[in-house]
Amino acid sequence: MLHDILNLVLLSSTLRIATPLILASLGGVVAERSGVTNIGLEGMMLLGAFLAVVGSFYAGPWVGVACALGGGMLAGLIHGFMSITVKANQIISGTAINILAVGLPNILIPVIWPEHFATTPVVETLPCIQLDAIGKLPVVGPILNAQSPIMYFAFLMVPFLHVMLYKTRFGLRLRALGEHPKAADTLGVHVVRIRYIAMLISGSLAGLGGAFLSIAYQSQFSMAMTAGRGFIGMAAMIFGRWKPVGALVACLLFGFADAFQAAAQSAGVPIPPDLFLAFPYVLTLIALVSLAGKRSGGPAAAGKPYIAA
Amino acid sequence: MNAKKVHMHVDSDRLIAWLRVVVTVVLAFLCGFLILGFTKFSPAGAFGAMFRGAFGSKRGIAETFLSMTPLILSGLGFALAYQCRLFNIGLEGQIAMGGLIAAYLGYALTGLPPVVHVAVCLLGSALGGALWGLGPGYLKARYGIHEVISVIMLNHIAFKVSAYMVSVGGPMKDRSDFMPASPFIAKSAELTRIWEGTRLNIGIVIALVVCVMVWVFLYKTSPGFKLRAVGQNMHTAGATGIPVKSYTILAMVLSGALGGLAGGIEILGIHHRLLAQFSPGYGFDAIAVALLGLLNPLAIVASAFLYGVLRSGSVLMQVVTGVSKDMVSVLTAIIIFFMGMGEPIGRYLKARSFEKRKKKYAA
Repeated sequence: MLHDILNLVLLSSTLRIATPLILASLGGVVAERSGVTNIGLEGMMLLGAFLAVVGSFYAGPWVGVACALGGGMLAGLIHGFMSITVKANQIISGTAINILAVGLPNILIPVIWPEHFATTPVVETLPCIQLDAIGKLPVVGPILNAQSPIMYFAFLMVPFLHVMLYKTRFGLRLRALGEHPKAADTLGVHVVRIRYIAMLISGSLAGLGGAFLSIAYQSQFSMAMTAGRGFIGMAAMIFGRWKPVGALVACLLFGFADAFQAAAQSAGVPIPPDLFLAFPYVLTLIALVSLAGKRSGGPAAAGKPYIAA
Repeated sequence: MNAKKVHMHVDSDRLIAWLRVVVTVVLAFLCGFLILGFTKFSPAGAFGAMFRGAFGSKRGIAETFLSMTPLILSGLGFALAYQCRLFNIGLEGQIAMGGLIAAYLGYALTGLPPVVHVAVCLLGSALGGALWGLGPGYLKARYGIHEVISVIMLNHIAFKVSAYMVSVGGPMKDRSDFMPASPFIAKSAELTRIWEGTRLNIGIVIALVVCVMVWVFLYKTSPGFKLRAVGQNMHTAGATGIPVKSYTILAMVLSGALGGLAGGIEILGIHHRLLAQFSPGYGFDAIAVALLGLLNPLAIVASAFLYGVLRSGSVLMQVVTGVSKDMVSVLTAIIIFFMGMGEPIGRYLKARSFEKRKKKYAA
């Protein structure tokens, strides 16, 4: 039975499960490193997933991707406006985005598709990319080849954001805002502008993660389809110590565990399906608890609005 | 003279806070109108249907008060945790666990006198919710794990566990029924219905009594004071010898218990059996209910009434006009936005008027 579970399919589904989590947790890393806690990642993903289907329905999957990015950015701007400009409680603002993202699609679905309720019709998905060079690699070739472009993008974003955060002036400034905005401000770093840029990046990554779910992993939108992935991404961000590479590792571990349980289930391990579905959430809790003792490590100023004196 | 001035100042603060609530509600409905206006729906028609649904019939009025019951309790739960600076968005899961345990005790125990049976079931439901709050409270106090992430995980776990319990082959599934539901609870566990021909039951009375109890706890007892002190300033409270960690756990446990009780009353009063996902989102509405009530237990009754109207009216609205009853969630989100905005804007305006006065005196 173990042979049925451990195979190449398992590895490729690991990558597929990890992709939206990676995008969400990278969105979390960028936001928190700039000093804004983004509890709204879940909602931004959900809006992205919905808008991707709308875009794909009217003008094809690539327009869907653009819509998801735009929707994520808009939600990021709203959260940024609340957190940075109004200086409201960031948890409240993020929660409002999450609740809005559950309700709004259900109102719009019957407007766009009469006769439909809570789920959209099936739309065209993004084509997978055939890369001959990758495909010829031994062992991993068949796993890495012919995947969704969003997956490749998600994995490329990890080194990109790593370089951006640690090797560029912009990244240094962004990180400084997360630790000590007052010091950065005194030295002439534009707190408001950089935090808004971070929120745009964060929102668009989350939106893209949603698009992966609705027009790559699946081909339609259904109510609350993100199912907590935004929060699991946040947990991965914490587990990965607020670093892009750490977040990637955490998401891959998570993806592997989830893929393993799905494979075990289809191989006939006698555990009721509903309990199987609870597995990702239990795993996330275990991951958080396993950090016991090694507390903190997060950006010192995350979640606190910056009020210039 | 001086004392009077201070007193008046407090009153004007309060007045501004309530003004904020009124403005928020008006703006939220305005936004609701605008959103529907952009779609093919008629906003007036939709909200008219909502109003008729909530008040237009005996049944509608009863349903309004029925929805109000879990909203009061979970609103209290959110407020209690928030008074301790904890953001319990896990009430939906705590409601689910409370309902599960109430249903189990309701059908598994037999031969108890009615009052005892109901009491046992409600106590069980509160304990179930409390357990679902204890975990995140402990993780927060002991390891500093943000409660928002852990309660969301527990929400999902609660939904899956409930679904499993009543799924085919599940331990609580009623085998004589095709529905994914548990067996019906014993007659002795049902909450007494108080209005002929409707489902309205004494749950609403229990909720109001609990509301007064929470008010007394928060404002008239020493633990309640300490809990609020921790919420006001954790470091100051700790420095004065209040065990901050214990109060963090206590606040989450009590908050969860209130959610669990809401779930128990839903099952014992309305459904009389466990159904998977029996709550339409009361646990999330609770956030708006508590914020609109300015976290004050007595005012929460009023905001729960508003939400009761929205919840019961939205059913007819969906049937008649086709506008999804999730319109309520959208209004909830908008209300949370505006209430979140109101506080810092109020602070800003106050600081500005203070600066103005300072200048006037300096001149």
